[in-house]
Amino acid sequence: MSQKVLLSSREIHIILHRLACQLVENHLDFKNTVLIGIQPRGKYLADRLARLLRDSYGIENIQLGYLDITFYRDDFRRSDKPLEANKTQIDFLVEDRKVVFIDDVLYTGRSIRAALTAIQSFGRPAEIELLTLIDRRFSRHLPIQPDYRGRQVDAINCEKVKVMWEENEGEDVIYLVED
Amino acid sequence: MSELSVNHLLGIKYITEADIQLIFETADHFKEVINRPIKKVPSLRDITIANLFFENSTRTRLSFELAEKRLSADVINFSAAQSSVKKGETLIDTVNNILSMKVDMVVMRHPNPGAGVFLSQHIQASIVNAGDGAHEHPTQALLDSYSIRERLGDVAGKNVVIVGDILHSRVALSNIFALKLQGANVKVCGPLTLIPKYIETLGVEVEPDLRKALQWCDVANMLRVQNERMDISYFPSTREYTQQFGVDKALLDSLDKEIVIMHPGPINRGVEITSDVADSKQAIILNQVENGVAIRMAVIYLLASKIKN
Repeated sequence: MSQKVLLSSREIHIILHRLACQLVENHLDFKNTVLIGIQPRGKYLADRLARLLRDSYGIENIQLGYLDITFYRDDFRRSDKPLEANKTQIDFLVEDRKVVFIDDVLYTGRSIRAALTAIQSFGRPAEIELLTLIDRRFSRHLPIQPDYRGRQVDAINCEKVKVMWEENEGEDVIYLVED
Repeated sequence: MSELSVNHLLGIKYITEADIQLIFETADHFKEVINRPIKKVPSLRDITIANLFFENSTRTRLSFELAEKRLSADVINFSAAQSSVKKGETLIDTVNNILSMKVDMVVMRHPNPGAGVFLSQHIQASIVNAGDGAHEHPTQALLDSYSIRERLGDVAGKNVVIVGDILHSRVALSNIFALKLQGANVKVCGPLTLIPKYIETLGVEVEPDLRKALQWCDVANMLRVQNERMDISYFPSTREYTQQFGVDKALLDSLDKEIVIMHPGPINRGVEITSDVADSKQAIILNQVENGVAIRMAVIYLLASKIKN
C-alpha cells in the first residue's frame, strides 16, 4: 500500500476559504439556506465551513444539520459488510429552504442519490445544491455533479481518497491511497 | 460489532449482551426516524414479512406491523381464527405454504412454548418470536430494558422487581434473561402459587412482600394476572390479590424514593395497578409502547440485513 499527499493542510485551508466565499456569494446572509453535512464524513467538513462562515465572514445564525443516509442506501443486503447507521440531527424543517449538501468526497454519486431521498423526510426543499471537497472525475454511476468543488482529481478505481481532519485524526491532510 | 450473532430472534436466551446493545443502538436511530414528519425509510423495500398470529394480540401485532411498514417491507397478515389451521393443517405445512409465496421473514405468535424454535429447524426464513406460550416474548423484554435505559440511563446495576403472575408470563421470563444479561438485579414478587419452582436457578430472588420489594427497587414491572391461562384457582379472589399485590398511589407515595412503574399491557385497571398510578408521571407505560415500534424496527432491520440475495 502506498499513499501520496493530495492536499496539504495549507492547501485545504485556502480551498475552505474559497468554498466559503462561493457560498456567501450565492446565499448572502443564509437567511433561507441550511447546511446539511452527510454522515459520517461530511460532518467534519460541514462543521468547518459553518465555523469559517461564522468567524471569518460574520454570518450569524447558520442552520446546520447532519443527515444519515444508511437506511436509504441502495446496497442494503448487497454489500458484504453490514451497514452501520449514524446520527441524523436536523432540528428544523427544510420546507421551502435552500439546502446545501456537504460531503468530503464525491465518487459514484450513490450517497448523494440516497441523501436526495432522505432529505424529503424533512420537507420539500426549494432547491438543493451539492458542495464537495474532492470530486473524483470519471467515476460516477449516476448523473450527479457538484455545484461547489474543492479539487477535482483523477483517481483509478483501486485508489482511495482519504480525508483527515485535525479534530478527528490530528491533522488536516488528504491522501491518495493505493492498495 | 455491527451484526447480530443469530439469524432468528427466538428468545433472549439465545442472544448475547452485545446483540442487545446493537439492537438498542439501532433502535436509537429508528426512534429518531419515527419522530420525523415523514416516518418511513425505504431500507426493506425488497423484503416480504408474514405476521402469523396463532393467538390473539392487539398491541404486539400492531406494533410489528407498523415497524415493518415504516421500514417499507411488504406485509402479509395471518390469524389462525380465519385459516386452514382450523381444518387440521400442521404448522410446518401452513408456514411452508406461505413461504412458497416468497416470504423472507416470519413474525410468529403461538400458544405452544418452543413453536418458534421448532419452526426454525424446519424452514429457511428468518423467524421473530412474538410470544410462544408461557416461554418467551423477546421483543417485549428488549423494549422494557430499552425504556429503563432511556429513563435511568443504564440497565446495569439497577434493581428491578417483576410483580404478579410470573408462572404464566413469557414477559417475565424474557425480562429476567434480558435484565440478568445486562447486569441488573432482579427480584420477583407475587402469590407463591404464581411463582415457578426453582426460579432462583435463574439468579433471581423471591420477595413475597410487595412493600419490601418496592422499597428495594428502582423499577417495578407490573404484570397482568393471566386469567385465560389459569386452569385452576391460584389465589382466593381478585380482591385479595389486589390488596396484597396491587399498587396504588398511597403505597407509591409512602416509599422514600420515586420508583419507575412499567406495565406490558393490557392493564387491568384497579387490579395490578390503580388508574392514578397508571396515569402518573412515574409510569412509563406509553413510552414502552412507543419504544416497542423502534425496537421492532431495529430487530427486523438487523435480521433482514443477514438475509442474502
